[in-house]
Amino acid sequence: MSILDKHHILEKNATLLLVASLVVVSIGGIVEIAPLFYLENTIEKVKGMRPYSPLELAGRNIYIREGCYNCHSQMIRPFRDEVERYGPYSLAAESMYDHPFQWGSKRTGPDLARVGARYSDEWHVQHLIDPRSVVPESIMPTYAFLLERTLEIDNIALDLKANAAVGVPYDEAMIENAKVDLMAQADPDADTSGVEERYPKAVLGDFDGDPTKLSEMDALVAYLQMLGTLVDFSSYDPTSGYR
Amino acid sequence: MRFGVETVAVGIGAFLALLGAAFARDSQFEAHMWVLFFVLLVSVVVMLRTATFKTAGTKQADTSGYFDEVVKYGAVATMFWGIVGFLVGVVVAAQLAFPDLNIEPWFNFGRMRPLHTSAVIFAFGGNALLATSFYVVQRTTRARLWGGNAAWFVFWGYQLFIVMAATGYLLGITQSREYAEPEWYVDLWLTVVWVVYLLVFLATLIKRKEPHIYVANWFYLAFIVTIAMLHVVNNLAVPVTFLGAKSYSAFAGVQDALTQWWYGHNAVGFFLTAGFLGMMYYFIPKQVGRPVYSYRLSIIHFWSLIFLYIWAGPHHLHYTALPDWAQTLGMVFSIMLWMPSWGGMINGLMTLSGAWDKIRTDPIVRMMVISVAFYGMSTFEGPVMSIKAVNSLSHYTDWTIGHVHSGALGWVGMISFGAIYYLVPKLWHRRRLYSLRLINWHFWLATLGIVVYAAVMWVAGIQQGLMWREYDTQGFLVFSFAESSAAMKPYYILRLVGGFMYLAGGLVMGFNIVMTILGREREEAPIPGSQPVTQPAE
Repeated sequence: MSILDKHHILEKNATLLLVASLVVVSIGGIVEIAPLFYLENTIEKVKGMRPYSPLELAGRNIYIREGCYNCHSQMIRPFRDEVERYGPYSLAAESMYDHPFQWGSKRTGPDLARVGARYSDEWHVQHLIDPRSVVPESIMPTYAFLLERTLEIDNIALDLKANAAVGVPYDEAMIENAKVDLMAQADPDADTSGVEERYPKAVLGDFDGDPTKLSEMDALVAYLQMLGTLVDFSSYDPTSGYR
Repeated sequence: MRFGVETVAVGIGAFLALLGAAFARDSQFEAHMWVLFFVLLVSVVVMLRTATFKTAGTKQADTSGYFDEVVKYGAVATMFWGIVGFLVGVVVAAQLAFPDLNIEPWFNFGRMRPLHTSAVIFAFGGNALLATSFYVVQRTTRARLWGGNAAWFVFWGYQLFIVMAATGYLLGITQSREYAEPEWYVDLWLTVVWVVYLLVFLATLIKRKEPHIYVANWFYLAFIVTIAMLHVVNNLAVPVTFLGAKSYSAFAGVQDALTQWWYGHNAVGFFLTAGFLGMMYYFIPKQVGRPVYSYRLSIIHFWSLIFLYIWAGPHHLHYTALPDWAQTLGMVFSIMLWMPSWGGMINGLMTLSGAWDKIRTDPIVRMMVISVAFYGMSTFEGPVMSIKAVNSLSHYTDWTIGHVHSGALGWVGMISFGAIYYLVPKLWHRRRLYSLRLINWHFWLATLGIVVYAAVMWVAGIQQGLMWREYDTQGFLVFSFAESSAAMKPYYILRLVGGFMYLAGGLVMGFNIVMTILGREREEAPIPGSQPVTQPAE
């Protein structure tokens, strides 16, 4: 018990106690988190991942603003029932451009990791306006106000820039054309060659049913419609993801 | 003029907030800066109204004794935010049972839930920690708080953080990091407040008149410094513009997820556990009148607890895209964590050695003991849930919600109530509390409320988990998600009942505390057994 007898040294020196505590609580985080940044197999090699288009990013920010993550996960676990219910289990690569991640921790509502392209735009709009009109058992709040609100797009280039600063590969053309791309994606009459070239698989069109207005509903539905649709699973080898 | 410089500083702050609102780059930041402006404006008015103008040196405030004024404010704030937090909890529980109670956009569940969690953890729990740590560190070092008015800055700065965080959530300003939702500018403010808190606490320890640093202070110190580390790392982000609310997290995807749950789990481990263990180590021995059970056990469980807790974060990410080695590491350390947790429980409970009768006769002791019992219960449940096989069922379900509440309502809530009941008569120099019998009411309302809440959430969570994975003989999934959602309704209503009972207990306490502060004493029969029975001589 000689070590315990030496404890009085710490008990008599507040600064030493502080430093010792800080050292002790630092270790776990360093061992667990730091390797994730350099171990190469942390993120699987997949084809198809790209940064969010400006409209999708704006929609994602509305998803975050409304706290959707409080009830919806975006992380399908590798279980038979989850894969059959929601689709292929989620890969680390699928959230590699997510600042912040949206894996969630609670399923008061269903997982949304692969909700993209599962329902029509009209269904999503109706569901967000009045969830119980399409799913009677739902306990989701209503989000009709999204239809009334014009999307704020003045800062969208800055949004892309901030993402680029934390490592998302937005190039200069993307940042320069951010506003144009955003409007083009939600406008059926626009020239969409630019946005399609920069953001392959981007879902185009008027999402909220009102072509005269770029609403927050447009952005949110555009985001929901791309969730989980990017990775090309035909070329993915699951054994490469074992770690 | 008293607080002259401070008043001017707050006034300048209000003006800067006005400028922020004028030049804001997005509507959320503009709204939030207006909120800040009005809060600071009201503060300036209040400070000016209480100002007394005297020539210097006529009367110095007495700074020879303990600095207890800030502790008084902290005790009242704890009570106030507690009731607010419980009330918002009852509201969000009602929203889950009756979705029509959502009022878009500001009062939808998605914005209200962070309001509830932050109000309870940071406003109620945080104020309880501030108040008790300032009280305990002075008593156990026999020294006045260091830094003069710095303690006031910590208290009011922290209240400003709470108000900005809470109003931000309702405006939709969130980082979406659970229990770290406030955006970058609110985080920066909290960092400043927290560093001053650390300085005040550490410097008071350094100028102590006792040779040894008492065990409660080890826990408080570890809590303060670890929260500083977690807060800074988890909130690393790049703002879109310095005049906008939005920022993007420095990390992405899997790294971001583990950083967040390294933070999230240790918000539980250090904010809600280590800090409150500090409370336990002071208030239980004081109320019971017995020394801490084992000095050696406190050393062992302190160091092992703070070492092991940090590793447990990955159990929030079982079976996700987090690499398996990290998940397994998180699980192993979570199970090991059971031991130091129960070390603390044993040390707390066994402090009653030789005074077990006080559970019967002293309702405050009873409150503290049930709190430690709930601590033991939820620190056993936690390791069980961190086992991957169990977690595959429990994760994403209401079982987790039940687990959190048995810890938060049972452990954190009850030990704080006990500490406040102990503190208030001492701080206001009252002979006793207004009513001991009301504590009994509070005890039973709260305890039964927790039991209802936790039991209902166990059943709900396990049923949910089983329904999601139920297959029929043909090999098809039996239930749609919507059916599992509909099946939750009776449980959500019952949970509402449990939460309401806990809130009712909080209101009883609020009444009792207010009457005590007002100096009233209820005429009531003593608690049976609390007074020696006089027997006639034979």
